[in-house]
Amino acid sequence: MTTILDPTGERSVAARPRLARPERLEGLKVGLLDIAKTKGDIFLDRIEQRLTESGLEVKRYAKPTNTRPAPTPLYQQIATEVDVVIEALSD
Amino acid sequence: MNLPENGLVAVVKRDCETCGMTEPVLAALAEAGSLTVFTQDDPAFPESVAHEYDASLDVSHALKIEVVPTLLRREGGREVARTYGWNKAEWRELTGVATLGEDLPNLRPGCGAKNIEPGIIEDLLVRHGETGLKSRRIDFGAQEDEIEALFDRGWSDGLPVVPPTEARVLRMLDGTTRDPQEVIGKVPSDLADCTIEKIAINAVMAGCKPEYLPVVIAAVEAVLEEPFAMHGVLATTMFVGPVVIVNGPIRRAIGMNAKGNALGQGFRANNTIGRALQLVIRNVGGGRPQEVDRATLGNPGKLSYCIAEDEEGSCWDSLAAERGIADGKSAVTVFAGFGLQGIVDQKSRTPESLAQSFAECLKTLHHPKIYPGADALVVVCPEHERTFRDAGWSKARLYEELYGRAQRPAEEVMPGAGGIAEGTSAFPAGSMARKFRDGGLMIVRAGGGAGMFSGIIGGWSASGEKGSSPVTKEISL
Repeated sequence: MTTILDPTGERSVAARPRLARPERLEGLKVGLLDIAKTKGDIFLDRIEQRLTESGLEVKRYAKPTNTRPAPTPLYQQIATEVDVVIEALSD
Repeated sequence: MNLPENGLVAVVKRDCETCGMTEPVLAALAEAGSLTVFTQDDPAFPESVAHEYDASLDVSHALKIEVVPTLLRREGGREVARTYGWNKAEWRELTGVATLGEDLPNLRPGCGAKNIEPGIIEDLLVRHGETGLKSRRIDFGAQEDEIEALFDRGWSDGLPVVPPTEARVLRMLDGTTRDPQEVIGKVPSDLADCTIEKIAINAVMAGCKPEYLPVVIAAVEAVLEEPFAMHGVLATTMFVGPVVIVNGPIRRAIGMNAKGNALGQGFRANNTIGRALQLVIRNVGGGRPQEVDRATLGNPGKLSYCIAEDEEGSCWDSLAAERGIADGKSAVTVFAGFGLQGIVDQKSRTPESLAQSFAECLKTLHHPKIYPGADALVVVCPEHERTFRDAGWSKARLYEELYGRAQRPAEEVMPGAGGIAEGTSAFPAGSMARKFRDGGLMIVRAGGGAGMFSGIIGGWSASGEKGSSPVTKEISL
């Protein structure tokens, strides 16, 4: 592990902050990411059904395999097409 | 490895002739009683005496060993006496053995201890939490690429930076005698306190050597002086950034380039000093492009723009001398400037013709009809300087000629004149419009021996009191 000294004026936290979660989903496009774990698709089908019934726009994405990080083009596609992402983790 | 409560302790290393010479003495002391020997570099040395290998050098560090051999006496867990090198009388007194080292000379200096060698002492200070550095420590994950991590956190100017580890920053601080915690000013736009330590961190990131640090510090001090208006220079939509001109003996001492490609790439000192200054502004001050830095185009010199004047080759006073710096002293001058506009004149052989060429090019700075214009830094190449030199033109003469020759008739710079809306009605008809305010031109000499190509580094529209004035700062080592 490398430790470095902060080169900044130290006015912000050292850790990179996560984007704040939206308070509500109205008006946002929702991406559903299947990471290719077993039955993730079944879970996401149900989520899609519920969100669509609520009037939300939903887009589906899938990783080719759960053993590797998502390919960069997929990241980029998701980032440009939707506002929030729900992932189906684990089996 | 434990130090004995009572008794003698010796610290030695193989790579020290004096240590080797004292081996029989150490053997005799070991045989006589309580002697603990620590060896710094070779676990086999000294062969004839039982010893412990201080591989981590933690024992040597704890004992603050500076020279080997060191012999010390401990009583009740405390050191009560110490001698270093070989000094027969002192060794005899410390050990109480009156016949010690009979066959040895009276005096032999020791060698520098391994634990204080550069590159080792820093690691020891870091490991023992003794660096005294105050900046927040940031740990990267074991799998994280350090260079990428520094990009990700937004601390790079767009090129890779050197990770500012504590050891590297400590070594950087060897370049100055100033207190790392000295606050030299507030860096815009965040107006964050800037310490010598913060400058050293960013100098490491920029790729500086420790001996460049005094120049970087002086440059930061200069841009933070009120007349330079660093906040405005940062925030303007115009092209400018700080241009650093270095004068005095430090240029050659640290290997700055003032000859061929004087404004270009390829010379570590020039390129990293200017970069370090920009990193301080970005990181300490929070001045980032498309944020507070509102530059429309910016200019490539905002990565690094640092020039050394070729004083040795010049017949003129240096820029620093002109600006009141004493002979033999080093200084930086900072100028809010951008880019480079060439002055190509390969035919003039009289100073009048060449000065007129310079003036015609200077008239076009920003726009041929913008009068008065911004300040400008004129970099005179050797082959052009020769023409002025041969004719006996002093620098003062050249300034005077350029101020005069860069004027235009008021009618020519009025809005609409020449079919161009840009222009000014500030000058009464019939008068001459001045391009440059008094003191608005600065001349330095630099560049390679071949080529009749001088250059103009243009300034900021807000030159002078309404905005930025050049600032000169002596470099304190």
